[in-house]
Amino acid sequence: MPKKLPKKDVVIIGLGWTGSILAHELTDEGLDVIAIERGPWRDAPTEFPPNYAQDELRYRIRHELFLRPEQNTFTFRNKMNQTALPIRDWGSFMPPNGVGGGGVHWNAETFRFMPSDFVLKTHLTERYGAAFLPEDMTIQDFGVTYDELEQHYDAFEYLCGTSGTAGNLRGQIQEGGNPFEGPRSRPYPTPAQKQPFSHTLFAKAARELGYKPFPQPSGNLSQAYTNPLGLRMGPCTYCGFCEWFGCGNYSKASPQTTILPLLVRKSNFTARDNSEVLHINLDRSGKHATGVTFVDTGGVEWEQPADLVILSAYTLFNVQMLLNSKIGTPYDPVANKGVIGRNFTHQTISSVNGFFDNKKFNFNPFIASGAIGMCIDEFNGDNFDHGPHGFVGGGYMGQVQTNGRPIQSASVPPGTPKWGAVWKNATRDNYLSTVKPGTGVHGSFYSYRDVYLDLDPTYTDRFGRPLMRMTIDFHDNELKQNAFLTDKFAEIIRAMGAHTLDKQYRKGPYDATDYQTTHLNGGAIMGTDPSTSAINRYLQSWDVPNLFVMGASAFPQNAGYNPTGTVAALAFWAASAIRGQYLKNPGPLVHA
Amino acid sequence: MRSAAKISVIAIGAAAAWLGGVGLSGADPDSQAFDQIERGRYLTTVADCYACHTVPEAGKPFAGARPIETPFGVITSSNITPDNDTGIGAWTDEQFDSAVRKGVRPDGSRLYPAMPFTAYTKMSREDVMAIRAYLKTVEPVHQPVKSNTLPFPFNIRTAMRAWDGLYFTEGEFQPEGSQSAAWNRGAYLVQGPGHCTACHTPKTVLGGDKTTDNLRGFNLQGWFAPDITGDNNQGLGQWGEADITGYLKTGHNRMTAATGPMAEEVVNATSQYNDRDLSAIATYLKSLPQRQDNAAPLPANSPVMIAGQAIYRDQCSACHGIDGRGVAMLFPSLAQSALVHASDSTSAIHLVLRGGRSVATKQEPTAPGMPSFGWQLNDEQVAAVLTYIRNAWQTAAAPVSAETVGKARNQLRTRSD
Repeated sequence: MPKKLPKKDVVIIGLGWTGSILAHELTDEGLDVIAIERGPWRDAPTEFPPNYAQDELRYRIRHELFLRPEQNTFTFRNKMNQTALPIRDWGSFMPPNGVGGGGVHWNAETFRFMPSDFVLKTHLTERYGAAFLPEDMTIQDFGVTYDELEQHYDAFEYLCGTSGTAGNLRGQIQEGGNPFEGPRSRPYPTPAQKQPFSHTLFAKAARELGYKPFPQPSGNLSQAYTNPLGLRMGPCTYCGFCEWFGCGNYSKASPQTTILPLLVRKSNFTARDNSEVLHINLDRSGKHATGVTFVDTGGVEWEQPADLVILSAYTLFNVQMLLNSKIGTPYDPVANKGVIGRNFTHQTISSVNGFFDNKKFNFNPFIASGAIGMCIDEFNGDNFDHGPHGFVGGGYMGQVQTNGRPIQSASVPPGTPKWGAVWKNATRDNYLSTVKPGTGVHGSFYSYRDVYLDLDPTYTDRFGRPLMRMTIDFHDNELKQNAFLTDKFAEIIRAMGAHTLDKQYRKGPYDATDYQTTHLNGGAIMGTDPSTSAINRYLQSWDVPNLFVMGASAFPQNAGYNPTGTVAALAFWAASAIRGQYLKNPGPLVHA
Repeated sequence: MRSAAKISVIAIGAAAAWLGGVGLSGADPDSQAFDQIERGRYLTTVADCYACHTVPEAGKPFAGARPIETPFGVITSSNITPDNDTGIGAWTDEQFDSAVRKGVRPDGSRLYPAMPFTAYTKMSREDVMAIRAYLKTVEPVHQPVKSNTLPFPFNIRTAMRAWDGLYFTEGEFQPEGSQSAAWNRGAYLVQGPGHCTACHTPKTVLGGDKTTDNLRGFNLQGWFAPDITGDNNQGLGQWGEADITGYLKTGHNRMTAATGPMAEEVVNATSQYNDRDLSAIATYLKSLPQRQDNAAPLPANSPVMIAGQAIYRDQCSACHGIDGRGVAMLFPSLAQSALVHASDSTSAIHLVLRGGRSVATKQEPTAPGMPSFGWQLNDEQVAAVLTYIRNAWQTAAAPVSAETVGKARNQLRTRSD
């Protein structure tokens, strides 16, 4: 029997970005909140100080900040007729761990989705007809609109101090910004970061090709900033150690820099780290959560009762928690019924490396930040006519090179041997004169009937719970999209003056060992119909109304952007609904 | 239980007030009047009685038992709650006044000057009685404390009579007619209840104040409490009034941040001072004269400055900037920091070797921290980088030697704070 703790108003599972936002909002409401975090406490100056944060081997190669697969992992397969096997070393995505979650090690690219991304099914059907979409594509509308989320995007950007150039201010298109973005109510809180040489050169080439390049919105700040909570941030130093690393000098937006110092001062907030929630507890009706059961490092089980449960773990763990807690109907792809696990998606990433004459070009690639970059949005979402191309979706593309780190950034032209004197010479000759965007083409990943999550029938975790099983592969639509976008991207790199191009198209099958992004989405999606969504438009569980599920697990499909801005906007939107509606009258906020 | 305890507080308070009213001090204000208790609460905060007389996190305010580190050993603070047996509930007003302003206990023996009666003696009787009135209202805690835990010969309290003869000048603060009311208020707060001298005034080998060097800085508890006179280089000469009041109110200003023991003082006391008092303190401190013994700057091309600059650019400039000016309210401006240019570099060495955390306050909750470099830089390197930052930006201070760093490193090994 677990030991029972005194009841709290709210229990939060996972203290990353969304857990921190909800903890802040709900403690402001006067509620007594406890957050339970599986990983350790992480504090910027002690955990990743500037005097050793820049250690590529430790953080990038050996995954210092991430979950250890020994603690929990997933099984993976491409097709439903294959046997899934456990992932024993992280590859295509990096499960975060510890206080701050992915907010510690992200690049801080702080995009908004476009208005059409939220009504994707309706929009594409109206423009191209239902028959234009692949038969097994299961895209849906979010159930919430861009206009409803605008103030919440704004809240997150001002929390973070996001650096950028507005492209659409209250409907007026702005020079130098992204003309395709939805209207924003006010400019970014800080101006865009300065751009290194290769990024500037990309923008020039793109402009000459008729595109409208814009600086990538960045949570690495261009200047010192004080956020609405009174927390101070410093200017980014362009050290080039951002994604996979924590920022020790207070210049990357994270829960540590923007929320936690204030949160820990509140007498109605408590956090328990190194404690893993086993399941959400339900009463006999199965329609009401009574709290959670967690286990500490000593193996002791504790029951934490609460009136309201916020599930704010990483995408895959949200879905696993719901399935292990028997909340909602598990998705069955054969019968095409059930909701928990459906519409699982990732991202479709590719890039083009450009090699330049080293006598004419010196890019100093080590001068960079996580969200540095000049991008174009002409090929994102439905910003171009897909009719002639036979696919839907798209992505932004740009010179978004984040670093010149020695282990991973040493690029050599195609055909160079992979070792020996020739490789060494090629590395030396090309290091300063190569454009290596990394995630240069950042494409969407739409949802399909046979891409989903369920509980593995064979493998279990250390508590005997079934592991989460990923069944995921690229479909033709995404591969066509990627080929088209990668070619367009290569044209710009060529126009910059590259003598050699290395086009790295995304090809199937989906490879769990090749890093794309950590943007896993779906599995507990939001929507307007309980038969095809796990949570309603306020991220409230259809089945258990005193449970709200945060995070990208809510995305019915993934757009061609980084998800954090939208994840955070949805968290603020849900917090607003809880404060404004739910607490006054606890119960379902939407009656389907 | 809770309400019962409160009733007993009131009962004790009433009894003490009644006793006090009998013949002893008829002129003292009514200790049960709200304005007297509220004034006492404020003065108790100003005097920071809480800091020494409370064990943090124990949940028993003013119940004592906190170990106080002195150069002569550890003293344990007394219980000043109105508990009759173990606190000061049975004390008369006269006894309280004698303890606070004369260092004399009810039995006639002497207090050790860890209790800053040498400063409190400058307080007015009215202020002491107000503190007394407030302390009668806090929850009584039954907690016996063995206060004298000093080693021989310092455990002999009678020795304190001789000490008092040497270093203790009894007497209330006397305003200077030639100075403004604000200056006099500031002087009263700094010298009296604020007892800034306790840390910031150099001490003799016997722990008495070197009054000729009033507030020119003192090394204690592994830190150097800096010079807080108006000195341009080592003191607060470059600070405006808003810099001083902001620092005391929030723990931060455009040049520096409170850390070490001062962080606790900011949280418990100065952040709760009223604005007028903070402004008065600034007026007084700014008026204290320049010192005459400031060093000449080292030449930029000396080997130690070149080495120090290289280390600085690699290790320090990401936060503190190439120009040493940091980011206001976030990363201290080393070019302007009194801590950096102090005659005694103990605090700077402490921060480089061990890192530090600035204070979090309501107004400035960020509490930025500095990492430890003790594992990364050897004594010569720490000495070089400190020598560089002490002399780099139109500033001048004596070089720091590797031996000094080595000694500090050894001393820090034995400290857990």
